[in-house]
Amino acid sequence: MISRVEVQETNKMIREANLDVRTITMGISLLDCADSDIDKLNDKIYDKITKSAENLVKTGDEIGNEFGVPIVNKRISVTPIALIGSGCSASDYIKIAKTLDRAASEVGVNFIGGYSALVQKGSATGDKRLIESIPEALSVTERVCSSVNVGSTRNGINMDAVRQMGEIIKEMAFLTKDRGSIACAKFVVFCNAVEDNPFMAGAFHGVGEKERVINVGVSGPGVVKRALAEVRGADFETLCETVKKTAFKITRVGQLVAQEASKRLGVPFGIIDLSLAPTPAIGDSIAEIFHEMGLEHAGAPGTTAALAILNDNVKKGGVMASSYVGGLSGAFIPVSEDHGMIDAVRAGALSLEKLEAMTCVCSVGLDMLAIPGDTSAETISGIIADEMAIGMINSKTTAVRIIPVIGANVGETVEFGGLLGYAPIMSVNKFGCEAFIKRGGRIPAPIHSFKN
Amino acid sequence: MKGIITVVGKDSVGIIAKVCTYLAEEKINILDISQTIVSGWFNMMMVIDLSTSCHRFEEIVAELNKIGEEKGVDIRLQREDIFNSMHRI
Repeated sequence: MISRVEVQETNKMIREANLDVRTITMGISLLDCADSDIDKLNDKIYDKITKSAENLVKTGDEIGNEFGVPIVNKRISVTPIALIGSGCSASDYIKIAKTLDRAASEVGVNFIGGYSALVQKGSATGDKRLIESIPEALSVTERVCSSVNVGSTRNGINMDAVRQMGEIIKEMAFLTKDRGSIACAKFVVFCNAVEDNPFMAGAFHGVGEKERVINVGVSGPGVVKRALAEVRGADFETLCETVKKTAFKITRVGQLVAQEASKRLGVPFGIIDLSLAPTPAIGDSIAEIFHEMGLEHAGAPGTTAALAILNDNVKKGGVMASSYVGGLSGAFIPVSEDHGMIDAVRAGALSLEKLEAMTCVCSVGLDMLAIPGDTSAETISGIIADEMAIGMINSKTTAVRIIPVIGANVGETVEFGGLLGYAPIMSVNKFGCEAFIKRGGRIPAPIHSFKN
Repeated sequence: MKGIITVVGKDSVGIIAKVCTYLAEEKINILDISQTIVSGWFNMMMVIDLSTSCHRFEEIVAELNKIGEEKGVDIRLQREDIFNSMHRI
């Protein structure tokens, strides 16, 4: 029988340390919707999404209520639209984006991911059309999220696509300049993108996936921080064991919620994504964990080691707690979504270069960082190329979600609202990389012997 | 299905009586009950069997919340599975 102490421990995690399930994401295959008639295609997409996910939000809320744990987001990911729309004309892609937005609104999810293309080796016609449409698609829709995979360890990096990413990020920033260039917050560039990621903005439903699937993203930086506060000053063995045990407990909640959602919705369970995802709330921050580990600020010497410890032990603890682990799984280090990271930037402790180093040992990459709006497209492409190279060489997923805020300069703050938070504009290295980016072509796949 | 009711708050006369009366009316059996009072703060845990209740889970939660508001304490009902999942392998 469960003891009162155990019940209290769980409820303290929920009430005082912000334990929640960050997202239940339903992946839906749209492969059978493909049609060269755009109206038929849109009808099929709308019907499939609204039928598949009609009970998603209600079921998520019911489960949250019964277990007494908040389930913050209910979301949808779909097959990369570049594939689904490849039989249509260039102007049709915007119509598909609007259909996705309408379907997401109808079922009540806050984001729908999958306005995506996979071009790590090259772009087909559909990919090119989709990529060109991304700036407009993200500026005329509210809930649609987009991603482009431009590199992989197997294929190298498509530098033509990297160059184009800088250009479209600038374009979407400009199109939404009256809203803090918000479109850029809904767009991710990937290397080694995963097909079962439940987190936005980079979620899409891979072609190797089932018809429909339930993926769950757990969270809980606040719970880890609180557990570490109880072993303050202890050695690294104790530190690592504490993170592991806490991650196990957090993940078990995610597993329970995922299985229950799967059963009630009649949709197979896919994976649990073991990620510590912060929010702008106090006590729900990765940077606060660093502080608890003994660093004055995120970005201080030792931060990369601290993040490596955190990331590795979250995985070690979480893997045993779930039957299937996948997605991005690790610690997210978004700047705007974590008040401790924002404080670190403002204090001058955290630079873009240090963030880049940190992404070598954590799950994703340069996430939700705001830069001056006058940063050139080539410089943005250069930042993306660096991050993609880290992913390619180290066989890991890396991503860039960067926001050149039009009209804003270093030191100013931009407000995105809600879970997207607010961000101080970070300074960017002023030296040029134009000639490098303009070369074009593809960086060959790396060698995987002679590891050094 | 088993549920766990937790009551946390400042101690006053009749908290347990009020909760138990409601559960009896609902035909919900209490399987286990334990409580402590530390410095005037009341902390109770109850394991209940929900299978005989004719109301839906969220309706029982709403009623318990109402009792909690009346008595000035925090009353929660959660399915037992969340605690088993977290604390038992």
